Amino acid sequence: MATVNADIKVTPQLAAEHGLTPDEYARIQKILGRDPNFTELGIFSVSWSEHCSYKSSRIHLRRLPTHGKHVVQGPGENAGVVDIGDGLVAVFKIESHNHPSFVEPFQGAATGVGGILRDIFTMGARPIAVLDSLRFGAITGNGTSAQNRRILDGVVRGIAHYGNCFGVPTVGGEVVFEPCYANNPLVNALALGVARRTDLFFARAQGPGNPVIYAGAKTGRDGIHGASLLASAEFSEESEQKRPNVQVGDPFVEKLLLEACLEAMKTGAVVAIQDMGAAGLTSSSCEMASRGGVGIEMDLGRIPQRETNMTAYEMMLSESQERMLLVAQRGREREVFDVFTKWGLDAVEVGVVTDDGMLRLLHHGKIAAEIPARTLAEEGPRYERPIAAPPSAKSPEKLAEFSAPGVNLHDNFLRLLASPSIASKRWITEQYDSMVRTNTRVGPGAGDAAVLRLKESHRALAIKTDGNGRWSALAPREGAMHAVAEAARNVACTGGRPVAATNCLNFGNPEKPEVMWQFTEAIDGISEACKALETPITGGNVSFYNETLGKPIYPTPILGVLGIIENADCAIGSAFCNEGDGIVLLDAGRAAESREAQAREFSSSEYAKITQGVIAGAPPAIDLDAEKRLIDCLVDLTSEKVILSAHDVSDGGLAVTLAESCFAGDGLSAEATLAQENSAEPPEYTLFGERGARAIVSVAPASLARVNSIAAQYSVKAERIGVVTRGDFRITYSGDHAIHGPLGSFQQAWSDSLASELESAF
Amino acid sequence: MKFGVVVFPGSNCDDDAHYAIGEVIGQPVEFIWHQSEQLSGLDGVILPGGFSYGDYLRTGAIAKFSPVMRTLDKFARSGGLVLGICNGFQILVEAGLLPGALMRNKRLRFLCRQVHLRVENAETPFTCAARPGEVLRMPIAHGEGSYFCEPAMLAELERNRQIVFRYVHSDGHDARHDDFAANPNGSLAAIAGVSNRDGNVVGLMPHPERAVEAALGSVDGRVVLRSMVEYLSKGQAGCAATESVSA
Repeated sequence: MATVNADIKVTPQLAAEHGLTPDEYARIQKILGRDPNFTELGIFSVSWSEHCSYKSSRIHLRRLPTHGKHVVQGPGENAGVVDIGDGLVAVFKIESHNHPSFVEPFQGAATGVGGILRDIFTMGARPIAVLDSLRFGAITGNGTSAQNRRILDGVVRGIAHYGNCFGVPTVGGEVVFEPCYANNPLVNALALGVARRTDLFFARAQGPGNPVIYAGAKTGRDGIHGASLLASAEFSEESEQKRPNVQVGDPFVEKLLLEACLEAMKTGAVVAIQDMGAAGLTSSSCEMASRGGVGIEMDLGRIPQRETNMTAYEMMLSESQERMLLVAQRGREREVFDVFTKWGLDAVEVGVVTDDGMLRLLHHGKIAAEIPARTLAEEGPRYERPIAAPPSAKSPEKLAEFSAPGVNLHDNFLRLLASPSIASKRWITEQYDSMVRTNTRVGPGAGDAAVLRLKESHRALAIKTDGNGRWSALAPREGAMHAVAEAARNVACTGGRPVAATNCLNFGNPEKPEVMWQFTEAIDGISEACKALETPITGGNVSFYNETLGKPIYPTPILGVLGIIENADCAIGSAFCNEGDGIVLLDAGRAAESREAQAREFSSSEYAKITQGVIAGAPPAIDLDAEKRLIDCLVDLTSEKVILSAHDVSDGGLAVTLAESCFAGDGLSAEATLAQENSAEPPEYTLFGERGARAIVSVAPASLARVNSIAAQYSVKAERIGVVTRGDFRITYSGDHAIHGPLGSFQQAWSDSLASELESAF
Repeated sequence: MKFGVVVFPGSNCDDDAHYAIGEVIGQPVEFIWHQSEQLSGLDGVILPGGFSYGDYLRTGAIAKFSPVMRTLDKFARSGGLVLGICNGFQILVEAGLLPGALMRNKRLRFLCRQVHLRVENAETPFTCAARPGEVLRMPIAHGEGSYFCEPAMLAELERNRQIVFRYVHSDGHDARHDDFAANPNGSLAAIAGVSNRDGNVVGLMPHPERAVEAALGSVDGRVVLRSMVEYLSKGQAGCAATESVSA
């Protein structure tokens, strides 16, 4: 990349090339009282980019509920903080790294993990778990399936490379395939850490005269404009040229950085600290200064550089990874330096905290930039973008069919089990070390949520990420509500009481009124659901511009819900445990009653999509009251240890839930009878309908009465529908029909599908 | 008695090993920074898993130059117990303290899953509390764990009973080299762990420290750590398998 000349004359044209609108440029001139120089232009362009400033989303994000009795820190810092008892706090957040993962899947995904890990340990918390929500285009069939397999492979290897080497277990997440993600894969990485509440650190620079210290890897030219141009714009035919904008990560250096930072924080000499993520040195310095109401002055000649002749512009925009910016107490710098020296990392005093609120940069003895920090960090543009719901469909949509002649439900069930979104993800998840740090009680594939035990407490933490883009496309508000409900329900299935949430909002171009409508609807849905389920949002991320050549992805809000299990020994997985245990269906809601309502609901299901090619209708009606009652019921049932396993009903419906509860176990099978009272219900709806507020639990015969009694307290229907066996898998429905066969026939379809698609490709 | 867990830059299973020995098995244990040349007072040293030096150059290749390794060499020659787990095994092999080489997994991917090991030699300080042929369930998590050595070396290892653990099926039956289910990394002769000639240095790819608590999936790893404790307190003769090896 050619060296950038700091003396370049700034023109409105150049500003436009930096992604700034004429109005934004005019505002910059007003703030400075003059034209910005080239370095200042670069600084504004990244700070005011969509990715860093949230300019299209800020006014809507304000509507999210952020307060709750467990919340110690909500949105506004590097991660959210939740009190988990015994003087401990959980620190967690989810973030996206979508655009880089299309351009360079391995490094894009790896640095996504690296970035979110730094957001956790910059708060003083050691990361204990990572989860990833991934979206790819179809990996089979015509079109871009080979490209999609290549992207998936790169992303998975990138996540594995970073998490495994850093030493944090990757314990869960989800992988979903829809054509709309082909050129816009989604990589949302969540990290969770634990700290003593008294050991928390914030990114608020304080104390004029205090030294500003740069620590970690050297700064190079990688990732420049990663935030402003890569993450804040659509893809077009020229996307290849964006490759230099993808950052390159080194998890070994990050591991050293983690240990050094935690050790340095223990000295008591660190006042404030922030990691250098998107917009690197720019965002970390202006945000720390702005939060503290102070200024920061830095001499860029002191920045550790790994390329020669870097300009001020390049240094401020570089997104080189594994770097932190700290403020220390004047006089105690040596204590900080000694720690970083021990760990073999650069730690250099590069500047000082001032009291004038300015971000002032010196280079080669001259002032290279001088900007009020607040205008960069807090006072970026705020847009009220036009919102317009899409016009209603002109022709009646084609809905799913029930009981069409010649349809073989058994064969369709096998197809459903083998479909990539539902099939076993083991080929992916076992590339991740899910056990390092010896805290993983329930790992990938073993339960509805990941469960981490805490060595310092009798409690455990349960955490899950969920989202349904297809449902959100059909009905953005309801789709978003379902995301919250599903994640919370999954947490409750392992015994966790949901207490807080983080969200990653993946959408198309916000300059399109229809996308903005999807966004604001999703915000309203998340707000309503989080209030009803008592899971305030403690932080998160917005990723706009996920579209290529004008075609946006499905609106895809991803929710990460954190739950607390009061007694770690009460945690349960999703697998059936013993032959002879009763299989009970817990149902807190009500099925759609009319054939028409059932058809509309069923048209949004995986079954309809896979077997009939139908994507229509609406997501199942969401009943937040029912979801809350089921959650509370599950928490009670697990704390009394009267259920042995729990698995919620979601993609693929009851039939898939029953099958998966067998697959996760040790050769145990099931015999169940569905919809005995209502044998007139269409069989597809009974077997594969995806209405929420339901879970399948297994119960020792002696505990059945107690389960019924607890369920009744929450007005949750508890129906014993079958028994765990060691024989054939059998589901009886609509009177005397049945899907049945050797367990192995169903298990093989489910377990071999992804591996056979992906292994053969390489 | 006292154990030490060496910490290299990039070690990431050091806390796990320390916790297993200190909290679960209940023996005194301390961390040893890689630059330390002090191993006196220790009876057993663990080289834990992780990615020391980021696996730069070759996994385990750079760690062998750390100051602690010089002292460890002397410690091993004087009969001290050394256990290398995963990356620790790779480091011991690079340092010449154990024979053979650890190569990339056969299917070229990192693999994290439970495996079954058979105790091939129950007379080492690391297996004396196990029954000969006992099958242990514990996890692997590595990308480069495929054991290899030349035919002449393999014959010598077999002759001297230096093969301590082999990957097997859950019922204890042999796993062939190409049997992915039982020998996922494709190790030669399904070798999971070996010892030096004197038997006081052992390396294995699976993680016993991850299999010491029932809540986390298996307690079969305890017998490796308990063997060391029994050996150090009672000597070879006093260390014997008990019925309740899973306690």
